[in-house]
Parts: sequence; structure tokens; C-alpha cells
Amino acid sequence: MSKFGIILNGLIKENPTFVLVLGMCPTLAVTSSATNGLGMGLATTFVLIMSNLVISLIAGFIPDKVRIPSFIVVIAAFVTIVQLLMQAYLPALNDALGLFIPLIVVNCIVLGRAEAFACKNNAVDSILDGIGMGLGFTFALTLLGAIRELLGSGKVFNMTIFPEEYGTLVFVLAPGAFIVLGYLIAIVNRIRKV
Amino acid sequence: MGKKVESSFVNMVVVLFTITLIAAAAVGYVFTLTESTIAQANAQKESDAIKNVIPVEFADITSEKVAVGADTVEVFYAKNGNQIVGTAVKSFTNSGFNGYISIMVGFDTKGTITGYSVLSQGETPGLGSKMVDWFTESGKGNIIGKNPGDKGISVKKDGGEIDAITAATISSRAFCDAVNRAAQALGGVSAWSGATPTNEQSVESENNEQVEPVKE
Repeated sequence: MSKFGIILNGLIKENPTFVLVLGMCPTLAVTSSATNGLGMGLATTFVLIMSNLVISLIAGFIPDKVRIPSFIVVIAAFVTIVQLLMQAYLPALNDALGLFIPLIVVNCIVLGRAEAFACKNNAVDSILDGIGMGLGFTFALTLLGAIRELLGSGKVFNMTIFPEEYGTLVFVLAPGAFIVLGYLIAIVNRIRKV
Repeated sequence: MGKKVESSFVNMVVVLFTITLIAAAAVGYVFTLTESTIAQANAQKESDAIKNVIPVEFADITSEKVAVGADTVEVFYAKNGNQIVGTAVKSFTNSGFNGYISIMVGFDTKGTITGYSVLSQGETPGLGSKMVDWFTESGKGNIIGKNPGDKGISVKKDGGEIDAITAATISSRAFCDAVNRAAQALGGVSAWSGATPTNEQSVESENNEQVEPVKE
């Protein structure tokens, strides 16, 4: 697979949200607005890249039976670092996402890529896979957030598109997340078949 | 890479120990690196919040802890010289949809709400989290200019006059609870006559006597 192909793989062909349907907990929980989706996606991307890099480097030394605990420790360390950095330098984003950041640890995309890709490939490819998967996840979350925000409150990235009174509240709530996600997965699958 | 490393007791312990050690060291390093910045950001947030909720100019601030029932809130007096021009109360509630909410509420010398600022909340994004601007003058459930008085503020569903956030009545109730707690903290303080409380102890005991049970 070419270097570019690895990135593209995560973005479209194996998009973690639309195709692999991984990491549903943060996907459904934080996408009530486009900004939240984007922030969560970028934080996850950072963790993915760093954990993929480290795991690809140390995978050769880890005994098989303690593989998963080791990966989780590495991932949890990076998540904690992201959280501290966010609290220090991006307090506004931390206010919006603080609750969800610790959830990145148990996001199965991160562990999934560590297991499926990083521990079998070299460092450069693993970073590229992290970038591709991360951007794919960010793209999916932002799209989902933008659609829910638009239908729910008439805004996208807090810019008013139509008056809030015409918004349908259900799209901001959890059921709306399932409805929008279902349609998006259907659309993406249709496009992939072409 | 593909080959698997045999798992023996010794190498499992050694590898896992090494990884956790390095990870802990890395997290610890970042923590010391960011600790002061985080504290600074929080202090900045608090002083910004005080400035935000007290609309009048003031020269300096004194603070004291005031007991409200079993809880303690922090009260900030904005002063020009010895004259108190406004008060900010750092209040909280535990009855939010996701538990703890911390807010800063500003009052003028007559006890009328002059502003509020949400310091921390974990309410549902897009619903309860709207409390950040819902209760402002440009929002739909404006509390600015209202005086909690004896009864305190409450949402319309509970017979009050505040418009609750759409689909987030629990968060709105919690918000009112926090505002009432703030108002209560001032209820027994002699601040409203404009005098500066000199003895914290007497203020506290006086306060305790006058506290009325608040509806949670």
C-alpha cells in the first residue's frame, strides 16, 4: 500500500465511523454541535498518532499476553497528557469537551488501530495510519455535528443559517444522533459501491 | 515485527513495569509543566468572571467564605475604598443533570442580580450546556435585573417566573438552585447596608441564624 493510500484508507475506504462503525460512544455523545465534533476529532487524532507511533516502536518487545494492558497504558498516558495540555492552553475547548476526553482511552478506534495496524507495521506507516484514521474520524464527527446542529438549532459552527424556532429538537438529543448517523452510513455505503 | 514474543512470567512483569514507569514519568512531567498554567488559567477565569458579573467599576476585591446550611460558598466584595459597590458569589449546585455545576453570580447592593458566569458544568452539550447564555439578557430565560428576594428564583414549571431551557428543565432547576444558594449567602451578611464585615466569625454565626431552608 502506498503512503498516500494509507491515509486515504482511513479517510474513506475504512472510515472508522461510517465503515468500521467503531467508537460509537463519543460519536453519538459529543456531536451535538460541529465545534464539539471537530474538537473531539482532533483530540482523538493526536492520541491516535502518538499511540500508533509508540506502539509500533515497542510492539516487538511486548510479550503477547500483556499486549493489551501495555497498549492501554500507553494510550491512557497520552490521553492524560492531552487533557492536561488542553486545561492549560485551551480552557474554552476544555469546558466544552472536558467530560469526554477521558473517554478517548476506551475509544475502540485507538486500541483497534494499535492492534490491527500499529503492532504489525513500521513507525512511519503507523503515523500515517493514525493521521488517516484520525482525520476520517474528525471528518465524520464534524459532519455529524454540523448536520445535527443545523437541523436541531439552525446553526453550523454557531453561525445562524435559519431561525432557531424552526429547528427540530430531537436532532440535538441522543435519538437524533442515531437517525443522522444511520442515514450518513447508508449514504456513504451507497457511494462506496459506485 | 510480526513474530510474537514468548510470554514468561519474568518478561511480562519487566515489560509491563517498564511501560507503566515510563508512562507515569511522562504524565508526571507534563503535569509539573502545566500545573502553574492551569492554576493561572483557573484564577484568570475566576477574576474574569467577577469582572463579568459586576457591571460597575471597582478598585479592589476582598473575599470571605460564607456558610449556607451545610455548604460553604465564597463571596467576593467589590469595593471602592470602603464602599461596597457590588458582590459576586461563587456558588454551586450538585443537582445538575450531570451533577456538579459551579457558577459566579453578581448582585448589586440591593440584592438584584447583575450578571452570572458559568465556571464549570458538565451538562449535556446542546441542551443543559445552553445555561451559559440562556439566562442572560439576550437569552430567553433572563434572570438579570431580577431580585431573588425571600422566595428565590425558580422555573415556570415550579411556579416561578424563569423560562427553563427547552428540554433541560433539570439543568434549569439546578441553575436556579445555585443562584438561590448565592443569594442566600448574602441574605444574612450585613453587606447590604454597605458596611464592611469586620469579624468573619460574627458574620458567619449571624448568617447561620437567618438562613431559611431552601427548596432543593
